[in-house]
Amino acid sequence: MVGTMKGAFVLRSDKSRKKWRIEGPHFRGEAVYALLHDTRGNRPRTFAATNSMHWGPTLRTSDDSGATWSEPAPQTVRFPGDSGRALAQIWQIASGRATEPDVFYCGVEPAALFESRDGGESWQPNRGLLNHEHQPKWQPGGGGLCLHTIVVDPANPRRMLIAISAAGVYRSDDGGKSWRARNVGVRAQFLPEEHRYPEFGQCVHKVVHHPSRPGRLFLQNHWGLYRSDDWGDSWQDIANGVPSDFGFAMQMHPHDPDTVYIVPIEADIFRATPEAKLRVYRTRNAGASWQPLTKGLPQSGAYENVLRDALTADSFDSAGIYFGTRSGKLYGSRDEGTTWTEIADALPPIVCVKTGTAGAA
Amino acid sequence: MITVELPNVLCSYMEDNPSLVLDEPCETVGDALAALGRRSPGALDRIMDERGDVRRHVNLFVNGENVRFLDGLSTPVPNGATIFVLAAVSGG
Repeated sequence: MVGTMKGAFVLRSDKSRKKWRIEGPHFRGEAVYALLHDTRGNRPRTFAATNSMHWGPTLRTSDDSGATWSEPAPQTVRFPGDSGRALAQIWQIASGRATEPDVFYCGVEPAALFESRDGGESWQPNRGLLNHEHQPKWQPGGGGLCLHTIVVDPANPRRMLIAISAAGVYRSDDGGKSWRARNVGVRAQFLPEEHRYPEFGQCVHKVVHHPSRPGRLFLQNHWGLYRSDDWGDSWQDIANGVPSDFGFAMQMHPHDPDTVYIVPIEADIFRATPEAKLRVYRTRNAGASWQPLTKGLPQSGAYENVLRDALTADSFDSAGIYFGTRSGKLYGSRDEGTTWTEIADALPPIVCVKTGTAGAA
Repeated sequence: MITVELPNVLCSYMEDNPSLVLDEPCETVGDALAALGRRSPGALDRIMDERGDVRRHVNLFVNGENVRFLDGLSTPVPNGATIFVLAAVSGG
């Protein structure tokens, strides 16, 4: 599933993933920043967060794997009247734990977390975060004050972690009642030198983890590449051998908790792939070293950018890795990133790429 | 009696009707939108956010005048008036 600035496209293939059939655009003219295909419980459900420049944001659902869509009226993801806020955009839709198949989360702009406990039919804001004491001092990043990352502890039902641009990482250990900033060691390059490691205010771009080792987190920052081995209590720099530690996208390997993918970007003031080479970098040792993956990707004249949710993986044994660029190119690898092929070359600007498995493969 | 004319993109919220005739008394644009919302909460969601503000890129016209340059939602709507809901000139 590919979310673009002008609609969503659904690409279907069989298990071989050699040929793709492109359907769409769904939601013509609307930006689609978040997609999710969930297969827990006894029925699949697909979510799409759409946003019309004129008519506002909507959370839509499909129960036939993206063939047809419905939307609630009135909207169900909405700020309470006493908050004084209005929904600008849904940036992330995340599944709850495997043991809670009706639980979903939404991260939105202005920064807030919403939770559904009935399969996405109704949504409630997380009050602990909505009224957080730091909230009045949170500043928006270039894309807005957005809660874009939701990481659920699969084992501990009371623990989860979120990330906000530009507020940083926050973790709850009490089921979402309270939240603590977890940014020790993460730099805020855009602050005066003596204030570059604040308690909060970092512009975190993405955080990932592997469910088999949930306490170890990887973080792509607005300048900075980090790992935490203690659920975010502290962070260590792992920018070892990358051409730039600036970037947006980060993806965990579906099966290997030591393998992570990123797409380095040259700089905040020049958001394009370094040296005009489109390179995915992969670590297989939890950040001790990174190797460029280039086979099948343009290595000259490629001034590309890959946004925070535009890099993803499938769940097959030989993992498929996929990413989309702001120039509308979609690439895929069937061999864990070793070789790449161009799947589409002229889609609208891509902001989100997600995968799901439906029916017989 | 007030008539609200909707753009094609919002007709799906009104059983494909492009216009709605309001028989209940409406003194202002805000009253008329509230009445619209009672008939179609989905259509109202597209016009106003949950704070009750008209969306930034939506324009409302009463008898040819943009209410942003009148009294906004407090703009009076005389009996027989037509309110046009239109997308603003914006996009990318």
